[in-house]
Amino acid sequence: MVNIAIATPEIFLLSTICLILLIDLVLKDTDRMVTYLLSQVALLATALLVFSSMGSEKITGLNDMYVRDDLGGVLKVSILLLTAGVFVYARKYLRDKKLWRGEFFLLALFAVLGMMVMASANNLLVVYLGLELLALSMYALVAFNRDDGRSTEAAMKYFVLGAVASGLLLYGFSMLYGLSGKLDIAGVAAYISAQNVMQNLPLLFALVFVVAGISFKFGAVPFHMWVPDVYQGAPTAVTLFLGSVPKVAALAMLLRVLAESLGVANPAWAQMLLVFGLLSVFLGNIVAIAQFNLKRMLAYSTIAHMGFILLGSLSGSTEGYSAALFYTITYAMMAAGGFAILILLGKEGVEAETLDDIKGLNERSPWYAFIMMLLLFSMAGIPPTVGFYAKLSIIQAVMQAGYLWPAIIMVVMSVIGAFYYLRAIKMMYFDKPDNAEPITAEADFNILLGVNGVLMLVLGLFPGTLMGICSAAMVASQL
Amino acid sequence: MIPLSHFLIVAALLFAISVAGMFINRKNVLILLMCIEMMLLSVNLNFVAFSHYLGDMAGQVFVFFILTVAAAEAAIGLAILVVLFRNRRTINVQELDAMKG
Repeated sequence: MVNIAIATPEIFLLSTICLILLIDLVLKDTDRMVTYLLSQVALLATALLVFSSMGSEKITGLNDMYVRDDLGGVLKVSILLLTAGVFVYARKYLRDKKLWRGEFFLLALFAVLGMMVMASANNLLVVYLGLELLALSMYALVAFNRDDGRSTEAAMKYFVLGAVASGLLLYGFSMLYGLSGKLDIAGVAAYISAQNVMQNLPLLFALVFVVAGISFKFGAVPFHMWVPDVYQGAPTAVTLFLGSVPKVAALAMLLRVLAESLGVANPAWAQMLLVFGLLSVFLGNIVAIAQFNLKRMLAYSTIAHMGFILLGSLSGSTEGYSAALFYTITYAMMAAGGFAILILLGKEGVEAETLDDIKGLNERSPWYAFIMMLLLFSMAGIPPTVGFYAKLSIIQAVMQAGYLWPAIIMVVMSVIGAFYYLRAIKMMYFDKPDNAEPITAEADFNILLGVNGVLMLVLGLFPGTLMGICSAAMVASQL
Repeated sequence: MIPLSHFLIVAALLFAISVAGMFINRKNVLILLMCIEMMLLSVNLNFVAFSHYLGDMAGQVFVFFILTVAAAEAAIGLAILVVLFRNRRTINVQELDAMKG
């Protein structure tokens, strides 16, 4: 059945992007602000469109290629709002570094469109197309600072490894197609439910490829090689985007492909996710301790956090999936805030990226130091910040699924991981700054950063609302 | 008639060769790009073979999409390669080591 209306937000966003593309072409370099403002309007209007369509029944359309449900709605609204925040943060960086060009916003908007398509995909082909739209935009964004050798090197590494991941995922899809004769999520699910999964060798073979491809997009060990290099090499504004919003899209892909279509095969892929998740939590936290470069440290911390998300999803229960969704959304906020502080510390032509740069932040600006402390506490999972509640709900779900030892390892590794977060906090509060220049930013940056930091506290004290939204979305999609 | 398994074995071999090519190749980024291309083509072979033997067109449609995306991917990959060469004056894989840790 063709029901184009269910894709209204995406169609609206696409037309707006095309319009902005044309407008940006005729703008003078001094008027780039127009591109920025139009992009923000596009994001917020699309978020409004998605929001207004939420709360209704699950509908499929466009010949069963596409689905509109509350899960997709929650994912899309969080993707759009996070991106709007990222744009506010990125503006300062792009101005300071003479990268103030419209392409950043346009490529990011295309990436957002790809993520929205992924979040609503009801067919393996649509999953792939959304993924590639996201990935191709991200490759170009990482190489955004084209005169910088590190930026282009990072882009090359990201491109090669990303393309391999797409290849693995596609190979898995082709095997699934060959086995089930179907490409739509429900068709594959129907085939799987009639099989004895653990005895069906070709199906397990396909699953390995699919899980590997998805883990790569998360950046989980052993597919994490690209994460530190890309985080370090990419311009900080791009790292900010890359480190926050696409994680939500990766979870969307996991939920659509693994949970919805391969849900019955949970015993098979849960084992793979268990191994990948535990390795990520382990390696991410240990290696992060040895990092002096703050961007690299946050990259390894991302790997550890992604391990938590994978482990949350492996239980295959509503609680597990909603805990993973809660974790992903709150982690994206933390990461955005953390990189925003890095942007603040940078100056014209100078990147702030080592631990030395945050030394004595308290003396330079107590407010920013306080926000950064909240963000780092939240990443470390210290109560009463939201990171604690997010980790707690994941560990609860893992234990409910009967995995006691993994839960213990997760707790132990979180404690070890707290070391490098606390070291950064110690440097902010107890060390002398190398330069005592005051830090300035525009009003919207300051307000957003304040909201971002305080949200860590508020969501930690009152997690019920967001958690309720997450689990209601899962229940509505029967996950 | 050629049985399905023959096609699958050829596709799997191509896939394996492309993965091996990436790991064995220590010289040239261009070869990496060729390996990526071959990987996607081996998947295409899989899809076409399945599509033919299942009597279902969806697989062949998927192949068209993969071909299109692969073209876009090659364009971006080569663009990054050109920029990389301009910055570094080399496309040797082993010399891409500016970042460590």
